[in-house]
Amino acid sequence: MSDHEYTPKSKVGKWFNDRLPLLTLANHLTDYPTPKNLNYWWTFGGILTFCLITQIITGIILGMHYVAHADLAFQSVEHIMRDVNYGWLIRYVHANGASMFFLAVYIHIFRSLYYGSYKSPREVIWIIGMLIYFLMMATAFMGYVLPWGQMSFWGATVITNLFSAIPLVGDSITTWLWGGYSVDNPTLTRFFSLHYLFPFLILGLVILHIWALHVPGNNNPIGIDIKKPSKDTVPFHPYIVIKDLFALLIFLIIFAFFVFFSPNILGHADNYIEANPLVTPAHIVPEWYLLPFYAILRSVPDKLLGVIAMFAAIFVLVILPWLDTSKVRSTVFRPIYKQFYWFLVADVLILGYVGAMPAEGLYLLIARVATAYYFAHFLIILPFLGMKEKTTPLPLSITEPVLGGSADMAMARNNTDFKEKL
Amino acid sequence: MSDSDKKKPNRRDFILTATTAAGAVGVGAAVWPLVDQMNPDASVKALASTEVDISSVQPGQSITVIWRGKPVFIKRRTQDEINSARAVDLSELKHPEKDEDRAKNPEWLVMLGVCTHLGCVPLTDKGDYNAWFCPCHGSHYDTSGRIRKGPAPTNMEVPKYEFVNSNTIKIG
Repeated sequence: MSDHEYTPKSKVGKWFNDRLPLLTLANHLTDYPTPKNLNYWWTFGGILTFCLITQIITGIILGMHYVAHADLAFQSVEHIMRDVNYGWLIRYVHANGASMFFLAVYIHIFRSLYYGSYKSPREVIWIIGMLIYFLMMATAFMGYVLPWGQMSFWGATVITNLFSAIPLVGDSITTWLWGGYSVDNPTLTRFFSLHYLFPFLILGLVILHIWALHVPGNNNPIGIDIKKPSKDTVPFHPYIVIKDLFALLIFLIIFAFFVFFSPNILGHADNYIEANPLVTPAHIVPEWYLLPFYAILRSVPDKLLGVIAMFAAIFVLVILPWLDTSKVRSTVFRPIYKQFYWFLVADVLILGYVGAMPAEGLYLLIARVATAYYFAHFLIILPFLGMKEKTTPLPLSITEPVLGGSADMAMARNNTDFKEKL
Repeated sequence: MSDSDKKKPNRRDFILTATTAAGAVGVGAAVWPLVDQMNPDASVKALASTEVDISSVQPGQSITVIWRGKPVFIKRRTQDEINSARAVDLSELKHPEKDEDRAKNPEWLVMLGVCTHLGCVPLTDKGDYNAWFCPCHGSHYDTSGRIRKGPAPTNMEVPKYEFVNSNTIKIG
């Protein structure tokens, strides 16, 4: 997909590149033309790549000390915390790293929703992204089971029991997932195995995600097509690399705050009690990043329908490119959608909040209204709004709103404006 | 090749179909062990039954024992609790079952202490029916362990059990 023929300068480089064109790939990534109006919401792709690599490295190290056995797992985690050199640091980075990963992925997803990055021709990027998100949730859930505390055990029990809602074969599937008649040692060992595998599947999908991105190129805050390379673009290196690194630095400050100053604030105290199959904690809640889906699950009074609603809440995102009928990508030019966008953000936050609260009384009512609105947004509002909404005029290029037509004329006009202000 | 030749399956078509079919069976046979290894193994299945001494349980008391890794509630019910369980009209129930069928010996109720919603362990002597209440998602069960209110779809399951003698129950 290189736009021009690349030839390495050195003889060795040329010899190697003729046999495996890695240098051509490196050159493509360096020169990759990027819209010059990308804002800081576009830096989360790089941040997410950093998060994935961090989780893989710290995870491999934890795997050297952790023992995947129902009798030993809890002790081995305490052993990592107390005895292993810097074990506390590596575990806290891994545990909080999962939360940071989800924080970044939610910003990344809502960035796409705001600027219409899921729309043609970027549907496949979006669907691969949703697969990554789904695998992330599965990986995080299985990772949370590994310390074998009370929340680990009962979280695993509740989530695996979701499959028992499937008619006819549900119980057989649940028994198969457990490797027994309840969550027990066979469940723990297979979760460990899969928790180790999935990040590498995610890594593979990330490569496809970036590959698919590099075919049409980046969307941008104005959401219009650009010619590339042109005066609308800048090369990825050094412009975007430096911007991404600066954003990563800010992100790391927040990350470090959690790791060093409140490493347990995002966890649950109950998980420092070893798993006990006879006592369910009074209040089971999943990790914060799963709460909106948990709220949807609980808002439906029927077991099977609740499970269907929860999975549908994710699936509706997968088919989003075909639910949003508007041809205009960026919310900047969609005044009515802009309001609904912020309603959706509020709705998801409300779902997250009620997901953490007991499922009764007013909380249950709010959860039901918020669940109904969530589906209404995607299944009713988006298809109809795309057909009815009057969008504001799109600029001809990403340079136009800044410079007003040709670069020279705009400079002259800006100059006059500047003089008038004086 | 003429048109009539294309329509009639020839030897190549036969070989292709036969090879594909044999290949599919072979792949299925190779995959099955990889799938079935996740089912309960021999050591898990071996723990299929357990015997419980119930001589020290007083009326109104409940004990919890482990069977197949799951809690089993053994409740010695009071006369009031039996009466309230038996007085219920079956048409009121989400999952209609007579108390007489759930507790052969009315004094002893033996059932899996597992909420049929998502598998939490309900709390004893709690909830709207002062019997069992699941704290996870708010299912209320009556003194017969039948679902009365909340998201659970069915009554708490009664396992296969028998009285070995008046002081011992064998579950499984």
